[in-house]
Amino acid sequence: MNTTIWGFSRPQVVALLVMIALFVVAPMMVYPVFLMKVLCFALFACAFNLLIGYAGLLSFGHSAYFGMGCYLAAYGAKHWGLSAELCVLLGGSVAAGMGLVFGAIAIRRQGIYFSMITLALAQFTYFLCTQMSFTGGEDGIQQVPRPALLGVLPLTNDMAIYWVVVGVFLLGFFGIFRVIHSPFGQVLKAIRENEQRAISLGYRVEQYKLMAFVLSTFIAGAAGGMKSLVFGIATLSDVTWQASGTIVLTTLLGGLGTIFGPVVGAVIVNTLEFYLAPFGSWVTITQGVIFVACVMVFRRGVIGELGAKLKVAL
Amino acid sequence: MLMVFGYNLGPILGQGVLGVVNGAFYALLSLGLAVIFGLLNIINFAHGALYMLGAVVAWFLLNYLGIGYWPSLLIAPLIVGAFGVLLERTMISKLYKLDHLYGLLLTFGIALIVEGLARNQFGSSGLPYSVPESLRGATRLGFMIMPTYRLWVVVASFIICITTWLVLEKTPIGATLRAATENAALVQSFGVNVPRLVTLTYGAGVALAALAGVMAAPVYSVNPNMGSDVIIVVFAVVVIGGMGSILGSILTGFGLGLLEGFTKFLYPEASGVVVFVLMIVVLLTRPAGLFGKAS
Repeated sequence: MNTTIWGFSRPQVVALLVMIALFVVAPMMVYPVFLMKVLCFALFACAFNLLIGYAGLLSFGHSAYFGMGCYLAAYGAKHWGLSAELCVLLGGSVAAGMGLVFGAIAIRRQGIYFSMITLALAQFTYFLCTQMSFTGGEDGIQQVPRPALLGVLPLTNDMAIYWVVVGVFLLGFFGIFRVIHSPFGQVLKAIRENEQRAISLGYRVEQYKLMAFVLSTFIAGAAGGMKSLVFGIATLSDVTWQASGTIVLTTLLGGLGTIFGPVVGAVIVNTLEFYLAPFGSWVTITQGVIFVACVMVFRRGVIGELGAKLKVAL
Repeated sequence: MLMVFGYNLGPILGQGVLGVVNGAFYALLSLGLAVIFGLLNIINFAHGALYMLGAVVAWFLLNYLGIGYWPSLLIAPLIVGAFGVLLERTMISKLYKLDHLYGLLLTFGIALIVEGLARNQFGSSGLPYSVPESLRGATRLGFMIMPTYRLWVVVASFIICITTWLVLEKTPIGATLRAATENAALVQSFGVNVPRLVTLTYGAGVALAALAGVMAAPVYSVNPNMGSDVIIVVFAVVVIGGMGSILGSILTGFGLGLLEGFTKFLYPEASGVVVFVLMIVVLLTRPAGLFGKAS
């Protein structure tokens, strides 16, 4: 950590440049819609990682916020004719509002209980989504027209929206990076390491946790909103507990508490899903095997192990 | 017919009793979760999958070996319990020194594998498992007519729950177990083989889940998703009851089934969420749970 640029160490700057270069090159070789899906889930995983990796909070129901972001953005685009950036902001804001309420409830218990409560609240949200009229129930919100950026720049071309998605992703990515390296982020890490000690030092632990939860759910909701604009659809599948499990897996596989881990995890998990999709439940089985392998032998994840080998924090 | 607040009492009680059938399964599952959590300090996410596995094993025993319901009540839990012992020995036991969250993640992975394999084998639709000959038909309860099998489920699971509680509270084995929950190192220094106790406890908790699975097979049919549907509700039950108390988790399980049943009568749309709403209320007023002690 001798020279830093905006808080990035030198190896991190190299990794960042490689990542951005890949964003530029990748659409020439890979289907852009697939790339956008990966980016949405990568941002979602980064938001999730902010909680588990830095505050030590395992939210097992994060798909509720992502899914709600999907619904709100799709609804805004279809029924209110909002422009693209407003749709994404709407998705993020509503998710953050939910995060404020659910987070306040969940942080009343610690550790495993916190996880169970977030899971139960997500299931509660799922039930609400099946019954409320604006979500379209089992049908979801379909055929959502892709709104223009700022109301003027059309995004119907896949490459046009690709750059917007890259932009939003980078914005979220830098935002999370700054949060982690701010004094606020240092307090979160202190809470993760030793909550009792942080309390005795005078920090209002609950407020810090809640703030982290709201930030994370805002970004998760925005990522969801982006996804529904790309695909023009919002369905129940994004609010299921299976989706929550997938994002836990993504982050764990990439590396909990690493900067680039969630992104790498999203690439691997989405690629696997893409190739295994024709084989039905083998997706679930493979995910389970990866979970077990990660926990048993691979606890630092891909990027964590790589960083440990190179002796740098990535 | 008796009237309460303008409602017919009969149907309310009827739904309530049917709710108690669900409550019987909540109680059995949350009991196993609580026993495992007490000693191992992990939340067994695979509990729902192993409950499903109990039903699947019973189905296999019936359709491939011709072994009926009554022997299955004993054999299926033994098989699944042995599987649980294997899981604990090979994997879970390696995680005790780590953050408890890893235990949750590992068992979640195991649940995905077991459910995925079951779905691969059977598809997502249920397999029928018929009610045993001796429990067919219906029983007149005065205010309603209840299928005899469901009545059996309620009575049997109540007896199992109370027996488990008695074993834990009143026998020397239970005393050792409770002591190990408080302070494993001290109990070990008295010459008790604590690792073996932990393994057997996990096996017993899992066997309890499998037993619930066998009992559930004729009610809900054998379905690969039956575990994941119920496990999240059981988590909410556990949060509401507080995991410190065995009797508390039994009471909460039955009570919430009853509550769900009443809700189904009064306002059917809310029956899926009433448990979660109650969880929120309990967390706001008594964060440690109804029967839990504040830490």
